[in-house]
Amino acid sequence: MADTDTRYTKDHEWIRLDGDIATIGITDHAQEALGDVVFVELPELQREVEAGEACAVVESVKAASDIYAPLAGKVVETNQVIVDEPALVNGDAMGEAWFFKLEIDDIEAFNALLDEAAYNEFLETL
Amino acid sequence: MIENALPDDPTPPVLLTTPLDAWHRAHGARMVGFAGYAMPVQYDLAGALAARCRGGVMAEHLHCRAQAALFDVSHMGQATLTGATAAALLESLVPGDIIGLKPGRQRYTLLTNEAGGILDDLMVATLEPGKFFLVVNASRKDDDFTHIAASLPAGASLTPHPERALLALQGPQAQAVLARLCPAAAALPFMGVASALVRGIPCLLSRSGYTGEDGFEISVPAERAEDLATLLVEQPEVVPAGLGARDSLRLEAGLCLYGNDIDELTSPVEAGLTWVIGKRRKLAWDFPGGVAIRDQLDNGAPRLRVGIRPDGRAPARAGTTIAATDGTEAGVITSGGFGPSLNAPIAMGYVRRDLAADGTKLSLLVRGKELPATVAALPFVPHHYVR
Repeated sequence: MADTDTRYTKDHEWIRLDGDIATIGITDHAQEALGDVVFVELPELQREVEAGEACAVVESVKAASDIYAPLAGKVVETNQVIVDEPALVNGDAMGEAWFFKLEIDDIEAFNALLDEAAYNEFLETL
Repeated sequence: MIENALPDDPTPPVLLTTPLDAWHRAHGARMVGFAGYAMPVQYDLAGALAARCRGGVMAEHLHCRAQAALFDVSHMGQATLTGATAAALLESLVPGDIIGLKPGRQRYTLLTNEAGGILDDLMVATLEPGKFFLVVNASRKDDDFTHIAASLPAGASLTPHPERALLALQGPQAQAVLARLCPAAAALPFMGVASALVRGIPCLLSRSGYTGEDGFEISVPAERAEDLATLLVEQPEVVPAGLGARDSLRLEAGLCLYGNDIDELTSPVEAGLTWVIGKRRKLAWDFPGGVAIRDQLDNGAPRLRVGIRPDGRAPARAGTTIAATDGTEAGVITSGGFGPSLNAPIAMGYVRRDLAADGTKLSLLVRGKELPATVAALPFVPHHYVR
C-alpha cells in the first residue's frame, strides 16, 4: 500500500508530518547508495533553518554527504541514537534512524514535496 | 544530500574494463570509475558468498583481516623488462638496489625525478638475470612506461602486458587457500616471486600485497582470469572485495596511495620511504634526485608524513587542513577515512617536522570546525607479513 503520509525530496530525504512537527530521515535508496554509515552529525536544537540549508552530515566509509533541510523551520529534536550507532541508518533508514524534527510554519510546503509515487518515479530516472 | 554517492552525470566517460568486468557484475559488484577503469568498489554478495560475508566495504574489509579476500587489481600496469643492461637501466631511474635483487625476489621501489619527487611507486621482481617484472600504478602506467622506454639502452626492451590480469588474494588464510590449489605457494617467502600452476592455470605468484596482511598477488593470462577468480572464491575462506575495502585496508596498514600520499611534489624523505634507498645506492646517490634527497636527509625535511587519529568519531578526508594547537598552519591530510578494524576514523598527512612526533596534538579543520586529533604511529594495524 502506498504511504501517502510520507513525502520525499530529490535529495533522497523522507519527511513525515505530525501536526506541525516534521520528522526527517534519509531514504532506503540513500543509505544503499552511501554504503556503511560510520558517522552522523545533527543540527543544534532550536536552530532555525531555511529550506535547502545544509544542516546535518552523514558519512559512510566511502564519502561525506550533507543533508539539507527539506522545509524551513526550527529544530526541536534530534536522534542521538544514530550518533551513537551510525550503522542503524543502514539498518532502518525509514524508521528508527530518523535524523531530526522540525517545527514548520508552512504546511503547504510539505504538501508540495514528492509523494511516494513521484519519488519512485524519480528513482526510475536515475 | 548524497551528491557524492550518486553520479551527477548519467553518461560518464567510457571506461576501460578489466578481464573480470563481467565476473564482477555477475557477483553483485557496484562498479565505479577509477584511474580510467570500471572497477568494483564493493559487492552485494549473494548465495554461498553472502553466507560468508554480507558484502559492503566494512564487511569485506573485516573478512580480509579475519580470513581472506580476493581483489581484482588488473587495472595496474604489468610489464617485463629484459636485457643484459636492464638492471643498470632501472638503477638509473630508481633508488633501490636492483643489481643486487636476486632471481625470485621482489622489491618495492620508486621512480624519482631530478628534484627528488616521486613519479610513481612500483614493484620490481627479478625473474632471472636480465629479466624483470614490473607492477606500476594504473593512473601512472602510460607515463611510467614512456619514461622507462625513453631510457632504454640498445639490447634492452620493455614489454607491457595488457594481455594479463592481476588478482590479489589477501588475508591470514591466503596461504592455506592458495597452497590447497598450488602446493608451491606455501614455500614462497615474503616478497618472493615464482611461476606456478594454480590448478593448471599458469600464474606468476608474488608474496606481497597492499593490505598489511599476508597474501599473494597473482598475475594470470587475461583469458584465464575468470577461471582463477571463480576457483578462488569457491574456497570457503574467500570472498571478493572491492576498491573500498582495499583503500581502508591499506590506510590502516599505513601504506601510501600514489596521487594522495605521494606524488611529484613529495620526496621519499618527507614520505618516510628512505628505507627504499639501497645501501649501495647511498654511496653514490646516482639516481634521479639523489643529491636533493641526500641534502634533505642531512638537513631534515620541512614536513613529514604521519599517522593521525581524530579524537572523535568524525572522519577527516583528504584535503583537510591541519593546524597546530597554537593556531598556526601545520599541514594537510592526504588520505583519511574510517578504519573498520579500529572502529575509528584514521588519516595520514603531512605536518611540519616540529609537529611530527607521536602524541603531538593537532586540530583538523572539518566543515569549519576544529576537531582535535593526535599524531599516531604507523601502521595503525600491525602488519602480518610472513617473514
